[in-house]
Amino acid sequence: MNTDTLSLNLGPQHPSTHGVLRVVLELDGETVIDARPDIGFLHRGIEKLAEHRTYHQIIVLTDRLDYLAALSNNLAYVLTVEKLMDLEVPRRARYVRAALAELQRIASHLFWLGTHAHDLGAMTPLFYALREREALMDIFENLSGSRLTPSFLRVGGLAADIDERFVESVRNFTDTFQGRVDEYETLLTQNPIWRSRTKGVGVLDAGQCIRLGISGPMLRSAGVPLDLRKTQPYSCYDEFHFEIPTGKAGDVYDRYLVRIREMRESARIARQAVDGLPEGPWTAAGSPPVFPAKEDLKHNITAVIRHFGLVMEGMKPPPGEVYHAVESPRGELGFYLVSDGGPYPVRLKVRPPSFVNLQGLVKMVRGRLLADVVAVIGAVDIVLAEVDR
Amino acid sequence: MTTTDILWGVLRIVLIFSAVMGLVAYMTLMERRFLGFFQLRLGPNRVGPGGLLQPIADGIKLLFKEDMTVSHANRFWFRLAPAIALVSVLACFAVVPASPSIVVADIPVAVLYLLALSSLGVYGILLAGWSSNNKYSLLGGLRAAAQLISYEIPLALSIVGVLILAGSMSLVGIVKAQEGLWFVVKQPLGFLLFLVCVSAETNRTPFDLLECENELVAGYQTEYSSMKFGLFYMAEYAHILLASCLVSLFFLGGWNGPLLPAPLWLLGKVFFVFALFIWVRATFPRVRYDQLMGFSWKVLLPLAFVNLMVTAALTVALS
Amino acid sequence: MCNGMTPSLSIFVFLLLAAGSAALILLVSHGVGRRPLTPGKDVPYECGMPPADRPSTQFPIRFYKMALLFVVFDVEIVFLYLWAVVVRDLGVFGLVEMFVFIAVLMAALVYVWRKGDLQWE
Repeated sequence: MNTDTLSLNLGPQHPSTHGVLRVVLELDGETVIDARPDIGFLHRGIEKLAEHRTYHQIIVLTDRLDYLAALSNNLAYVLTVEKLMDLEVPRRARYVRAALAELQRIASHLFWLGTHAHDLGAMTPLFYALREREALMDIFENLSGSRLTPSFLRVGGLAADIDERFVESVRNFTDTFQGRVDEYETLLTQNPIWRSRTKGVGVLDAGQCIRLGISGPMLRSAGVPLDLRKTQPYSCYDEFHFEIPTGKAGDVYDRYLVRIREMRESARIARQAVDGLPEGPWTAAGSPPVFPAKEDLKHNITAVIRHFGLVMEGMKPPPGEVYHAVESPRGELGFYLVSDGGPYPVRLKVRPPSFVNLQGLVKMVRGRLLADVVAVIGAVDIVLAEVDR
Repeated sequence: MTTTDILWGVLRIVLIFSAVMGLVAYMTLMERRFLGFFQLRLGPNRVGPGGLLQPIADGIKLLFKEDMTVSHANRFWFRLAPAIALVSVLACFAVVPASPSIVVADIPVAVLYLLALSSLGVYGILLAGWSSNNKYSLLGGLRAAAQLISYEIPLALSIVGVLILAGSMSLVGIVKAQEGLWFVVKQPLGFLLFLVCVSAETNRTPFDLLECENELVAGYQTEYSSMKFGLFYMAEYAHILLASCLVSLFFLGGWNGPLLPAPLWLLGKVFFVFALFIWVRATFPRVRYDQLMGFSWKVLLPLAFVNLMVTAALTVALS
Repeated sequence: MCNGMTPSLSIFVFLLLAAGSAALILLVSHGVGRRPLTPGKDVPYECGMPPADRPSTQFPIRFYKMALLFVVFDVEIVFLYLWAVVVRDLGVFGLVEMFVFIAVLMAALVYVWRKGDLQWE
């Protein structure tokens, strides 16, 4: 037995590992000598399950990856399938998708803000953040009937058209949201204790981030303005005006600032999307993978047959392989699909941003104090369901 | 001294003791309700009118909870530690007056007595951490001990100014000296230092590192369940009550105030100070351990010395 | 005394009450609490993993240093308290004397500080 250091399990059942991350720490007093992350406690074999599901059925699996940003996962997946099938999606659907993805980004960042602040001992921001997130959850619930796992997107468009109520609620939300973000900032941004806990902690510079493949707010906080919404626009993102917030230091504080400003930008995008919402179809009706309208099923026999075929057999995309990535709240979320022309994918590979970003953990905590580990894990913003899949 | 005298005396003490215990129980409720309002929620309001029976319900619940002792714990100390923590705090109330007459014992060295007894609380926490056979407990206990003794020094120094001004170490004497002007006016720096130090001594945010759940699960309390945990919980709130009382007595004029009876004035001030603590808890994040220790020795301690010397020099010069 | 007993006796009775109620609470809860002991329940909590080893009984040396520092200063404070109560009567002589004493203490603090023992990392 080594008597110089203490080996301590942080997780899987620990309040600040955001799920079931286990980190085995070697401690000298309170200083972390070494850290070994141990993942896999939440492994459900989603990638393998996908090989026995039709392309439509996989949509509900993607909800269960990053459950804090289910709609971003939906979006990444349907975009990948659409790319595989070379399908053109109507503009109205793309606008709604962008709005939903941005609202989901806000919801995810709000949850991150609340839990991260709570990890560092500030209780109250959690409740303020959840108040706004609750409004978003209500929007999702009104839209899809589900708060956490909407599964609202479909290959070729949406599950249903949106109504005036949705537009109105998004407007209401974005009207008040900037002021609410000011509230969080009042509590934290200039708070000397908050700054002393986060500044200079968990630093990863741009080079280290790029070498580790880190993306999303972590990369941007190190000063690299890489955002897939700008560099590879999808879902009409090139038609919206927004900025990519970046930091300089690449520490926990800058990650905080970047995410706070991202929330503001996301609210702007969502507002632009619902304000400029084009009229027209909300799904690529008529194309092979798209379900016929509910109305048609009542009196159109070919529609019923097509529906039956899509449900029982599934769609059959052409053979080939594609990769498509979107900017999820946590970074580059990519799906890699291999099709052999059959109704099930041969292989579905997810590139989860949390998993890749988590690789920086050991580098960030080595030589730091135990309390910094908590701050760093919070700032990576991991979702273990996505890390373990 | 006749038997009747003694019986009356004992009854008095029992009454004061019950009042303290009752206050401790209801401070838990007050904290939870107040925090609730800060955080856009209601807090416990289901048990009894406005949640007034919540502390009793909590007590009964804890009493019936499974009383566990972790394997390979040092059973004797493991069981004794919560009692030490609670008794050492409660004992302090023996010298805390609610008015010139409502006090168990008005002794001339009350401040020394307080200092001595409140240091004993460290043993409860240290022993709990050490005897639990748990790494979080051990780390939490060590942290706690180091934190408590580090803040004990500036805490004790910050009231030297009060002692100089009052010329007495009896709490009744100190309050009597504030009949004209509260010491918070003459000792603003001492007041602030004292406030900061008692938040650290009572493990309040931003100094609640002993049991910060986000790093050390529950610190030294991790392995405690049932009423053993309950005693720590009571000790914590008794400590906060004591701290609020002392802030009121040392700096806010104690029971001095017009119209209302003396104990009510003190009670009002105690609640005010406690509300201040809750407000701080709702607002601030937690400091890091090394920052905490550095703050005590490098900032608070020199400031306390400066405060003391300035007070002494001015007092001598003016007298 | 107003309550008919000497202060030390009163304090003693109060202490007895406090200790008695603590003991009573512990005993009652030990008596009425349920104890369905199942295997694994009494294992020390380590985030759901079986503990790899016992907690080390060797503490980092800085905790001891902190304790030593505490003892040094705590003893001085007792002197300061007694001096504080009578400083008015002692006059300038008492003041100067105690300032010298505090200067020595401060020198000790500066020494410890420069040695880096107040640095926690």
